Amino acid sequence: MVEKMYTITSEAGLHARPCTALVSAVTPLKSEVALEYNGKQVNLKSIMGVMSLGVSKGATVKVIATGDDEEQVISKIDEVMIKEELAV
Amino acid sequence: MTTTITGIAASPGISIAKAFILQNPELKVVKTKVKDTNEEIQRLEKALEKSKAELEVIKEHASKELGEDKAEIFAAHLLVLSDPELINPIKDKVETEQVNAEFALDEVANMFITLFENMDNEYMKERAADIRDVTKRVLAHLLGVTIANPSMISEEVVIIAEDLTPSDTAQLNRQYVKGFSTDIGGRTSHSAIMSRSLEIPAVVGTKTVTSGVENGTLVIVDGLDGKVIVDPTEEVVNQYQDKKAAYDAQKAEWAKLVDEKTVTTDGQHVELAANIGTPDDVQGVLENGGEGVGLYRTEFLYMGRETLPTEEEQFEAYKAVLERMGDKPVVVRTLDIGGDKELPYLDLPKEMNPFLGFRAIRLCLEMQDMFRTQLRALLRASVFGNLKIMFPMIATLDEFREAKSILLEEKEKLQGEGIAVSETIEVGIMVEIPSTAVMADLFAKEVDFFSIGTNDLIQYTLAADRMNERVSYLYQPYNPAILRLVKNVIDAAHKEGKWAGMCGEMAGDEVAIPLLLGLGLDEFSMSATSILKARSQILRLSREELRSDAQKALMMNTAEEVKRFIEEKYIN
Repeated sequence: MVEKMYTITSEAGLHARPCTALVSAVTPLKSEVALEYNGKQVNLKSIMGVMSLGVSKGATVKVIATGDDEEQVISKIDEVMIKEELAV
Repeated sequence: MTTTITGIAASPGISIAKAFILQNPELKVVKTKVKDTNEEIQRLEKALEKSKAELEVIKEHASKELGEDKAEIFAAHLLVLSDPELINPIKDKVETEQVNAEFALDEVANMFITLFENMDNEYMKERAADIRDVTKRVLAHLLGVTIANPSMISEEVVIIAEDLTPSDTAQLNRQYVKGFSTDIGGRTSHSAIMSRSLEIPAVVGTKTVTSGVENGTLVIVDGLDGKVIVDPTEEVVNQYQDKKAAYDAQKAEWAKLVDEKTVTTDGQHVELAANIGTPDDVQGVLENGGEGVGLYRTEFLYMGRETLPTEEEQFEAYKAVLERMGDKPVVVRTLDIGGDKELPYLDLPKEMNPFLGFRAIRLCLEMQDMFRTQLRALLRASVFGNLKIMFPMIATLDEFREAKSILLEEKEKLQGEGIAVSETIEVGIMVEIPSTAVMADLFAKEVDFFSIGTNDLIQYTLAADRMNERVSYLYQPYNPAILRLVKNVIDAAHKEGKWAGMCGEMAGDEVAIPLLLGLGLDEFSMSATSILKARSQILRLSREELRSDAQKALMMNTAEEVKRFIEEKYIN
């Protein structure tokens, strides 16, 4: 299992567009991926799950990946966070 | 059988094509027991696949027609249809409760919709509508009902709808949509204004067109006389083809006037400008011989999206318009939102009387961050052309002074940052509130110009909601009360050496034009498609002669009397 924290810096938080990018990035991977925010955990492969967290600017979220390609999950997410200017 | 439905001619021209009914059918879900749950799940899978395939096409289409950013929402919709947290519970429900897929889908989707609706974040609340939209598509496939996809139209059609919202019209493909007709709306409703800027013939306010036409029936939309002919005979079709040809020939005749100046027979020049909503409209302005942009409605920059446009986005749009218009004047109206134009993401409370409420400059003076962003974008763009800025819905001198001082503050800040700003930007106001028209002599000392917004001025002066069909008889442009206010504004401007224009529908109206010329109006701003017709009319008129007739009209008792007088004397 690997974990990584991100602080969301984009003005609009995790809106439809960034959620789409995140979910699309991890869906093809085999690992189970969870996103934790405010004590709630959702499946990061579920767009409605991620959106239902209502993550706004300044929030700290945790990504938890479990599986054979868990390292790849984190690097994929890093990539999206930078490309979409979502987090530091 | 051929039937004729009458309505309001909202956009000129004639179109003959099959009807495409744009409405959402009601989807009724009934709970039933199923024996073969595997088969039921397969049915669900099929409906999901079909829906995804449709969404892929819509997404493709949207990105081609409307741009990548408008297409993104469909990428999110597609993900919803593969969302394990949505699909798995539906399948589980079918298996464990042995119920039909429709029922299971409806139950699970509703659970998510309620979840999103109850979030205290306005943006997330809106996402409930997205989920409803996507799941409805799947449900329709399960039930074997077709739902309309305006963006998927691939043959020439006439759109028939109860009403068209700005976002509906944005989805329409100009290549295939040849005309449209709606149940509700008037000449100044959004759908009517859009139809003129898209140059699509339209008849609105028919009350009955959706119930009188079936999908696929041949219809004729006569946007010249305000008629919709349903299921016409061959003879009628031929007749209308001739009428269309005659109209097209007339248009070709007008087209020769594209590069002419608009000068009256007694040698007086007036400016014919166009009203626009987006930078794309500039092409139409130039093609129709517009001498300027008399009204750039910036609210379209703010509509059909989820967040406020950034300074940069706005700067690019304003710059594009200014550059393309060259040294021709461009009057940009600052954000006029509220009334019938809502911005969901601003989360403003519903009002009893939106037209008399928190809108336009009132809202901008309160939400100053938003206002300042727009002003900065405008100021930065000012060096790329001939910019004039005007504030909408000014009711008092104080409002104008405050708006102007905010503008000057932003200008100083920009200059402090070393950013170039034009020194010759004129700053004016819309005159659309009677108090301002009455006080025009005092306003004229402080503003650089007036632009009379007749759509609102008429509804405020006669106290008649222009969206309410039952009082639409009170929408009277030729009412002497309106003419007197207009005269007051023009005279006040001229006394201070300023100019007065008009940017309402009235400015392009063939009965109003002789009156306005006689009253001394300097600038007429209208739909681009009305410019050449107006020019051909003005080229035959003498301003000097019209002065006395305009005076006579001011003394008449009724709008009807004025109309008859002008029609008999100046319109064949």
